[in-house]
Amino acid sequence: MTDATHTLDAGKAEAAAGTAALAGGTATGEVTLGLAHFKEANEQVRKALAGTDAVVVRDANAQRYLGCALPAGKSLDILGTPGNDLGCYLDGGAIVVHGNGQDQVGNTMNDGAIVVHGRIGDAAGYAMRGGTILVRGDCGWRAGIHMKEYAGKRPAIVIGGDAGAFLGEYMAGGVIVIGGTPGDYVGTGMHGGVIYLRHPLSTERIMDGLIQELVGDEDIPQLAALLAAYDEAFASEGPPLGGDPGSWYCLRAASARPYGGLYAH
Amino acid sequence: MTRRNIPREGEVRIPSGCAIAGIMDRSGARHDGGDILRSIALMHDRSNGLGGGFAAYGIYPDYADLYAFHIMYESREARAAAEAYLEHFYLCEKQERIPTEEHPAIKNPPDIWRYFMAPHPMRLAASGLDEAEYTMQHVFHINGKIEGAFVASSGKDMGVFKGVGYPEDIGEFYRIGDYEAWAWTAHGRFPTNTPGWWGGAHPFTLLNWSVVHNGEISSYDANRRYVEQFGYDCELQTDTEVITYLFDLLARRHGLSQQMAAHIMAAPSWREIDAMEPDRAAFETALRTVYASALVNGPFSIIVGSEEGLLALNDRLKLRALMVAEKGPMVYLASEQAAIQVVCPDAENVRSIEGGVPFVVQRDDVAAAKAGEAAENRAVRDWPLEHEVGVLPRKRREA
Repeated sequence: MTDATHTLDAGKAEAAAGTAALAGGTATGEVTLGLAHFKEANEQVRKALAGTDAVVVRDANAQRYLGCALPAGKSLDILGTPGNDLGCYLDGGAIVVHGNGQDQVGNTMNDGAIVVHGRIGDAAGYAMRGGTILVRGDCGWRAGIHMKEYAGKRPAIVIGGDAGAFLGEYMAGGVIVIGGTPGDYVGTGMHGGVIYLRHPLSTERIMDGLIQELVGDEDIPQLAALLAAYDEAFASEGPPLGGDPGSWYCLRAASARPYGGLYAH
Repeated sequence: MTRRNIPREGEVRIPSGCAIAGIMDRSGARHDGGDILRSIALMHDRSNGLGGGFAAYGIYPDYADLYAFHIMYESREARAAAEAYLEHFYLCEKQERIPTEEHPAIKNPPDIWRYFMAPHPMRLAASGLDEAEYTMQHVFHINGKIEGAFVASSGKDMGVFKGVGYPEDIGEFYRIGDYEAWAWTAHGRFPTNTPGWWGGAHPFTLLNWSVVHNGEISSYDANRRYVEQFGYDCELQTDTEVITYLFDLLARRHGLSQQMAAHIMAAPSWREIDAMEPDRAAFETALRTVYASALVNGPFSIIVGSEEGLLALNDRLKLRALMVAEKGPMVYLASEQAAIQVVCPDAENVRSIEGGVPFVVQRDDVAAAKAGEAAENRAVRDWPLEHEVGVLPRKRREA
C-alpha cells in the first residue's frame, strides 16, 4: 500500500519534470520578476496562474513564498534564484527550478513535486507531510527536519549530492534519499521514516537509537521508484543515481518511541 | 538639536532576523558602495527599518596612518565635551561633518562628524600603553562617560556608516556611492531584544574591527563577564558588541590568528573532541578549557572586517544562513544567495558557510606578508581549517 503510494508520488515528480511548461514549450503564462517585492511578485504569479495552468517565472531574485499552496494541475518553471519558503504548503502543484533554491524549500508541503536543477539551502522539506522534492545537487543543513507521514501520505526528498548536518532531524516519517555524503548528526531525534544512503555511515557516526543496515526487499520498490524519478528528472545533467538499489543502506529508528521513558515518573 | 527621548538598549525587549552581506577585492583594488548597497537592498524584508549600516575598508588613503573617528552627537554639548576630550589626548589633523544627504525615510539623524587624529605623543608615552590600547580606552570613555556622544568607528583607513532606517536608505543618506573601499560589509537590522537607535545599528566596531551579525547569542552574559575582566565596557548590552570585543581580545591582545579566534568562539563539541586523535584532542581540550568563557552559543552568522580582510562564521549548529561565492579576486558573502547573484550574476563556487567553520579571506598583500613571517602565518587558504601555533604537543615518540 505504502509502496504503491510512493510510486504514485514519484510518478508525479516525473510527470512534473516532463510536462513542465518550459520543457514542453507550451507555456501561455509568463512572468518576469526582476527586483519586484515578494508581495507584488506573488500577485503577478497568481494572476498568471488564474489564466493558465503552466507559468514560466523569469529572473527570480529572492522573492519568498513562490508557488505557495499551488494546487494540483498547476505548474511553475522558475529561472533565477527563488527566495525562501519556495513551494510552502504546496498542495499538489509542480515546481521546477532551473537554478538554485534558497532556504526552507517545500516548507510544510502537503502534496505535489518540487524539482531543483541546482543546490538548495537549509531546512528543505521542513515539516513536510506529502509530495516529493528532487534536488540535483547538494542541500544545506537540516533537510527533512520533522518530516512526517500519515496513512497513505508519505513525503519524499531525494538529494543527488551531499547534505549538511542534522539531516532528518526529529524525523517522524517519510523518506529521504542521499546520493552523496551527509554531514554529522544524521537523524538526531529521528523516530520514524527512513533515510536511504548510497554510502553507509561509519559506525561512530550512527546516532544512538538508530540502526543502519543494507536495504531489505521491502525497501527496494520505493527506493527504486525514487531513484528512477531522480534519473528521469536530471537525465541530461550527469550520471544517474540509480543502478542497483540493493547496494544502498537504510537508516531507521530502533524504536518508534525512543523517548517513551524520558519523562516517565 | 534636541535630545531624542527614545529607549536605549536594555530598556526594552522586542521579541522578533537580520540580513548581512560582504564584498571584498582580494587584490586590494577599491570599489564604490554601489554593489554592497544593491546586495543588501535585495534582502529588504529581512530587516524592519530599525537599523542599517555599512563598514568600508580603504576609504581614507590620504589619512591612512591616522585614526579615523566617526562620532555621532545627539546635542551640541555632547560634541563640545567630546571634542574637548579628544583635543587633550589626540592631535587632530582634520575634522569635518560627514557629508549626508536629506532622505525622506531617515528621520532625526544625529550630528555626525569624523576626525583624523594621531595620539598625543607625550600623553601616549605617559600612559604606558600602546597606540591601540590607548585608543580603545578613549573610545570607551567617550561612549560611557560623555552622554549623547557615540563613537561609531575608530579604526585606520576605515569607517562605519550606520543609523536607524533600512540599509538601502542609510546608504543613500551617507552617500556611500562616493566612497571607494577594498572591502565592504553591510547589515539590515531586525532588532530582537533591543530598540533601534543610531549607535546600536550594525556594524559594531572597535579599532579596525567591524562586525555585522544576524542572530542572537545565548551566551551573552558569560561572554560579557569575560571580556569585562579585560577592560571592555559593554555599554550597549547587545550581543554583537561582545563579539567585536572577543575578536579584539583574542586576536589583537592574545596574538592569535583571526581564524583561531573564530575557532575558539565556535569550538568543536566535546563529542567531536572525544573522536579526535589524542594530540589534537589535547590541543582542543586545552583551548576549550582556557577559553571556556569565549565560547559563543546560540544562533549567529557574522562577517568580521579588519585590516587583513573578511572573516565569516556561523554558529556550530548552523542556525543561520550565510552564502559565499567568488569571481576572480572578488569574494561575495550574503545571507541569501540571490543577494550575491544580483551584483555578480556569474559568480562561481556558490556555497554555504558551514556551521562552526571559519571562512577567512585575506587581502593578497596581507597573505603574502604573513607567508613571509613565519610558518604559522602562512596564507590561510593554504591551510584551511587548521592552525599550528606550536601549542600542539609534539608527536609522541613510539617506544
